[in-house]
Amino acid sequence: MTEQTATPKSFEPVPTAPPRSQWADVWRQFRRHKGALFGGGFLVFITLAVLVGPYLWTVDPQKLNIRFKDIRPIYTALWDGDAKVNWAHPLGSDNLGRDILANLLSGGRASMAVGWAAMLISVVIGTVIGVVAGFFKRLDGLFMRFTDLVLSLPILPLLLVAVTLFRQPLRKNFGPETGMFILIVAIIGITSWMQTARIVRGEVLALKEREFILAARSIGTKPFKIITRHLLPNVLSPIMVSATLGLATAIITESALSFLGVGFPSDFPTWGKLLSDAVPRMEEFPERVVLPGLMISLTVLSVNYIGDGLRDALDPRIRGR
Amino acid sequence: MLTYTIRRLLFSIPTLLFISLIIFLLLELAPGDPMAQVPLTVPPDVKQKMREALGLGEPLHIRYVKWLIQFFWVEPQVFVDWLTRDTWLLGWLPDTSFSEGKLRVISWQTRSPVMDIVIQRIPQTLWVVGLAYVVGILIALPIGIYSAYRQYSIFDQAGTFVTMIGFSIPPFFTGPLLIVVFAVGLGWFPSIYDTTHVVRDWASFKIQLQQMIMPVMVLALQTTAQISRFMRSSMLDNLNQDYVRTARAKGLKESVVVMVHVLRNSMIPVVTVIALGIPSIFGGAIITENVFKVNGVGQLLLTALFANDLPMVQTLTFIFALLIVVFNLIADILYGLLDPRIRYD
Repeated sequence: MTEQTATPKSFEPVPTAPPRSQWADVWRQFRRHKGALFGGGFLVFITLAVLVGPYLWTVDPQKLNIRFKDIRPIYTALWDGDAKVNWAHPLGSDNLGRDILANLLSGGRASMAVGWAAMLISVVIGTVIGVVAGFFKRLDGLFMRFTDLVLSLPILPLLLVAVTLFRQPLRKNFGPETGMFILIVAIIGITSWMQTARIVRGEVLALKEREFILAARSIGTKPFKIITRHLLPNVLSPIMVSATLGLATAIITESALSFLGVGFPSDFPTWGKLLSDAVPRMEEFPERVVLPGLMISLTVLSVNYIGDGLRDALDPRIRGR
Repeated sequence: MLTYTIRRLLFSIPTLLFISLIIFLLLELAPGDPMAQVPLTVPPDVKQKMREALGLGEPLHIRYVKWLIQFFWVEPQVFVDWLTRDTWLLGWLPDTSFSEGKLRVISWQTRSPVMDIVIQRIPQTLWVVGLAYVVGILIALPIGIYSAYRQYSIFDQAGTFVTMIGFSIPPFFTGPLLIVVFAVGLGWFPSIYDTTHVVRDWASFKIQLQQMIMPVMVLALQTTAQISRFMRSSMLDNLNQDYVRTARAKGLKESVVVMVHVLRNSMIPVVTVIALGIPSIFGGAIITENVFKVNGVGQLLLTALFANDLPMVQTLTFIFALLIVVFNLIADILYGLLDPRIRYD
């Protein structure tokens, strides 16, 4: 200690590296998590594939072609020379001759759209309720009791009930695809915000007592400004982590609903619908079950890994090491 | 502790009432008509009479209160009657007839009491789902303990990976996948669970075992993933505590330190998680029951939904909610009982 105080001023180390921003640090830590990196790569790949893919592979997923029905994927020719394969349908075609690759791409589009939209809704609701409950003491008890109540609702049965019962009118008003999309996204979003709300509330409760909030309050900042300027940026990391988990849950829930037969109609397939449509004939054509199932599982797995990596990267206690 | 339990019990009453109201209103707002399947040739006044026979003529609040009375007052009476009439436990008491002439919750599909059907279906669900849960826990605990004890070892890494897969692969994919591999490819197990199968001797027991393996495996993968994670993190929390060092310094054997001292303390949160997971496994079993065609409670809910059988749907959904509330309560009380550091009062 004494040595340090004796050191002349001119020897003080000058930082050579340019200062790093917080997000650069987060990215550095995130890169060290191998699984998260692979997950991120795969998610980007899948997203690009379902966005751009239909323009590259321009086969209409709904086009029926009865002459080319029940074609096996091209790789079955490796071990089964007699298999019915065709380069026009690299992943085969289904019992009505619809191309499976095109269906997977468009189904992925629907699945990802549902997942992202439902996740955004649930994160927005959860954040609003969490911040309000944490910031305004008077509303805290009421909001958290409400959250507890919703948490003790049986979600999957209620989802099933809601979707079966409200399917008809929404289809009538918005058309079969849009109506179903609105219904499923809304229902998944409304029933999955509770965890986010709880986490955000806890963070806000702790942050509220810190000095910078006191300072902001003492210069007369309005509560709304305090929330948007000071609180929200600080609770961003738990929100992001729960958003990744929400995306995974939303994709799985949508597929589960489609699998149970209450999801999207067959002419607007999602991965879950493709899987469930293929189950009756899976003895002869296992690939039709395996391919969409693999897509769902890999997407969810990569999202989960991203969440894992984000949790480490956004935690300042871990990031320094 | 007792006052806490009583307070929680009292608070769960409005919670349950609120949940039942939500379910009731949801079903009520839904624009389905239970008379939709009746042919158009039936004259409107007859239709009206049929509607009233189903109990639909009354206004909203009266129907809700009637359902509440039927579920919370008449059904327990039926249960008491059954206890005193048919069981050895209370059969020595004089036969009671509290429920005589009272209306129970009637299913629109079968015109028989909903609870009777539910009770018929519960053994199948419990047998498959309950066993899966037990198997999942039995696999998860050793995995969690060992991967915490050897943190960052290859076993731990592999365990983390398998857990991640268990979280990510949905049961409606693992189910068909197992069927393709083991039922179709290898032919080891039947692809459908036959609930009418009766175990009489060794051979039929083997068949029963074979048909249970796949659904149990599918459900157990989910359970194992969750609980082994919890077990691991809970063990990790405890392994660095001072009392562990003290135990080692006293010269206790490593096995005693880990399996007695650390394990007992680490089990506290895990036990509550296990209790909390029981109701959700009932809900999640809907998919697995559908895949393997087990005619349990989940499948009952699905068929009732598609048949627009609202009393059945409402009662079943409410039973699921009841399970959640009850097991939440049990978990909280268990936590207080097991951990003397926790004081609720």
